[in-house]
Amino acid sequence: MPNVKITLDGAQYEVDNKKTILEAARDNKIHIPHFCYHDKLSASGNCRICLVEVEKMPKLAISCMTQVAEGMIINTKNERVINAREAVMEFILINHPLDCPICDEAGECKLQDYAYKYSKGFSRFVDTKNHKEKRVEIGPRVMFDAERCISCSRCIRFCDEIAGVHQLQFVNRGDRVTIQTFPGESLDNPYSMNVVDICPVGALTNKDFRFKSRVWEMSFTDSVCHGCARGCNIEIGVRNNEILRLNPRRNDDVNSAWMCDHGRLNTWKNVNAENRIKSSKIRKEGQLVEVGWDEAIAKAASELKSFGKNEIAVLGSAFATNEDNYVFAKFAREVLGTRNIDFCPHVEGTDDAVLIRADKTPNASGAELVGIVPQENGMDFQQIISAIKAGKIKALYCLEDDIASVPGIEDALSNLEFFAVHATNHSKTTQYAHVVFAASTYAEKNGTVTNFQKRVQRVRPAVTTFEQDRALDNFEMSRWDKFAAHNDKWGKGPRRDARPSWKIITSIAGVMGTKYKFNNADDVFNEICQKIDGFKGLSYLKVGVKGAVVKQNHVAV
Amino acid sequence: MNDDKLLAKSEVIRVKDLTFLQRAYVFEILKGMFKAARQIFQPSFTIEYPEVRSERAASFRGRPVLVEENGVERCVACGLCARVCPALAIEVQAAPTELAKERYPEKFEINMTRCIFCGFCEEVCPEEAIIMSNEYELAFSSQQESIFGKDKLLKSAEIMKPRLDFLRDHR
Ligand code: SF4
Ligand code: SF4
Ligand code: SF4
Ligand code: SF4
Repeated sequence: MPNVKITLDGAQYEVDNKKTILEAARDNKIHIPHFCYHDKLSASGNCRICLVEVEKMPKLAISCMTQVAEGMIINTKNERVINAREAVMEFILINHPLDCPICDEAGECKLQDYAYKYSKGFSRFVDTKNHKEKRVEIGPRVMFDAERCISCSRCIRFCDEIAGVHQLQFVNRGDRVTIQTFPGESLDNPYSMNVVDICPVGALTNKDFRFKSRVWEMSFTDSVCHGCARGCNIEIGVRNNEILRLNPRRNDDVNSAWMCDHGRLNTWKNVNAENRIKSSKIRKEGQLVEVGWDEAIAKAASELKSFGKNEIAVLGSAFATNEDNYVFAKFAREVLGTRNIDFCPHVEGTDDAVLIRADKTPNASGAELVGIVPQENGMDFQQIISAIKAGKIKALYCLEDDIASVPGIEDALSNLEFFAVHATNHSKTTQYAHVVFAASTYAEKNGTVTNFQKRVQRVRPAVTTFEQDRALDNFEMSRWDKFAAHNDKWGKGPRRDARPSWKIITSIAGVMGTKYKFNNADDVFNEICQKIDGFKGLSYLKVGVKGAVVKQNHVAV
Repeated sequence: MNDDKLLAKSEVIRVKDLTFLQRAYVFEILKGMFKAARQIFQPSFTIEYPEVRSERAASFRGRPVLVEENGVERCVACGLCARVCPALAIEVQAAPTELAKERYPEKFEINMTRCIFCGFCEEVCPEEAIIMSNEYELAFSSQQESIFGKDKLLKSAEIMKPRLDFLRDHR
């Protein structure tokens, strides 16, 4: 990397000569304001707020497109630059509506922030503002407000360069300029909602989240999307113990700065849904009735004991965490003694060129790694289903997965003498179950999932169940969570009597006479790291917020 | 401060002994009665609350109310009042509306046992939608009753005119 020496605000730096002034400054912790520059998109240099002074250049230069050169002397904060910035802000704000009170972007808006930091704080413009279209459905999932648009072209570049579809373009000129979809097109690509995140203002907003909450009323928890085997890094936005939206979190090794619309919209609604299993149930006279944990656990334990080793099969889950699957596999081998261990794959379509994977589960590779594989002479998933149909397998114990929704499985389930399932929501599968354990969703527990690159990534609880407390259990807290008193209506929201699967299995093992010393998810993960080769040397601390890859030369257990 | 000064400050002059007349009290009692009797003929300042109620000046900060105009609340559910409220008394839930203002408060609640009548909500509101009224009689028989919803909060702009004028004059 050939280096050049530059002077930035009076200090000397040695920087890569390929970098632009803006990037070189950012690497050295000097912030140059920018609207249109985005490090994952090509530079377009149209917003002009990143102007800096380069000595010996006659005019100010845009730092996002000016490459550094040997001996450059750059000023980012002198009077000339500040005046230019204020002028640019003034121009941008001339026709900008005073919409902040009704704008979903408020609170995380670059224009708002810069208006405080880099603007004069008052307007000299006395004429009527230019009005444009508001409330435009520019795509099925995105709303557009033309008045708020500052014509930075980030959304256009995103569609062209990342999503790979040319759907947006500028039309008109001067103060009438706006963005539009091409005739007959709509902003409907599978990644369309990322434009909401990168739009520096509230011109493009999330239709699903529209007016649900102000951003400062929410807490944000780092987690991993459960929509497919990519495992995009996300933030879960919660208010009153309810998930309101997901946002991608940067991870250059996994999802860059993006996530797909399916993940953003469809992977968490079940957490808030009406059909949640709010406490454990057993079937009495054909009906599932709510019972306490002890009763459900005792029932499952006594039923499982009444079958021979070869009459039982277990199905782990590619939707459950490594911890859940590990304890489940251990229980199946050591307590039930069965060799019929597998999980149900969910592969649909093909991988695309951006993020989406054909494997629609977040943890198929993790489940395999921690022992959800047929043991010697044991049956695999298809064989288990055939054996149930043939009446050879009489009892099935299944982790969080709606296996009945897979074609051809439903008939088999009605053949079972005993069927226990961990579930978060009522589903086709729970209709066949004799015992249903209320399992925590991924947003209610600690754990790890392993993506298709064999990268172990952390999920953290964002929503509390009965047994958790936001303050005591180290949850992210919004201001509302912090100050809600027992008699306040807000700051509460629904909670369910759910438990993480590894904990439920540990209890059943205990009743069946095998005590596992797992008190929390950390204990389970620590044992995984001792017992499973690929995980050796890992810990929650090492996995951190960006994940860690398991060693590839691993031998199956 | 040095000791001398401290001493000087605490020196209080006391009348140790009362005179004979003062000790007899009769004269003093008469003096007091005369003073009281004189007040009967002075104009009175008290009013017989609750039968009679005083006028509240427009500057008075009574319980906050929501201004209703043309049958709808002015509020756009921006949540700024809820954010600024030092007592966390306000809860707003926004929802979309077909009206030009785009959003409205589907739910707007003020917990009157939390409210401290500071008027910050009025000050921060970009729409002049929440303002302080002249109502100060707030007694509840349960905590539930103290949570005022839109039914209790909405007041027409005509009724609230004195306060709205006051706010305009003192911007
Ligand atoms: S885009 Fe930003 S500045 Fe513009 S109205 Fe929305 S919050 Fe305010
Ligand atoms: S809609 Fe947003 S991202 Fe697109 S050009 Fe306008 S301001 Fe930029
Ligand atoms: S008057 Fe003060 S305490 Fe009462 S609701 Fe308004 S901001 Fe809150
Ligand atoms: S500040 Fe005004 S407009 Fe905003 S929510 Fe409160 S009352 Fe409504």
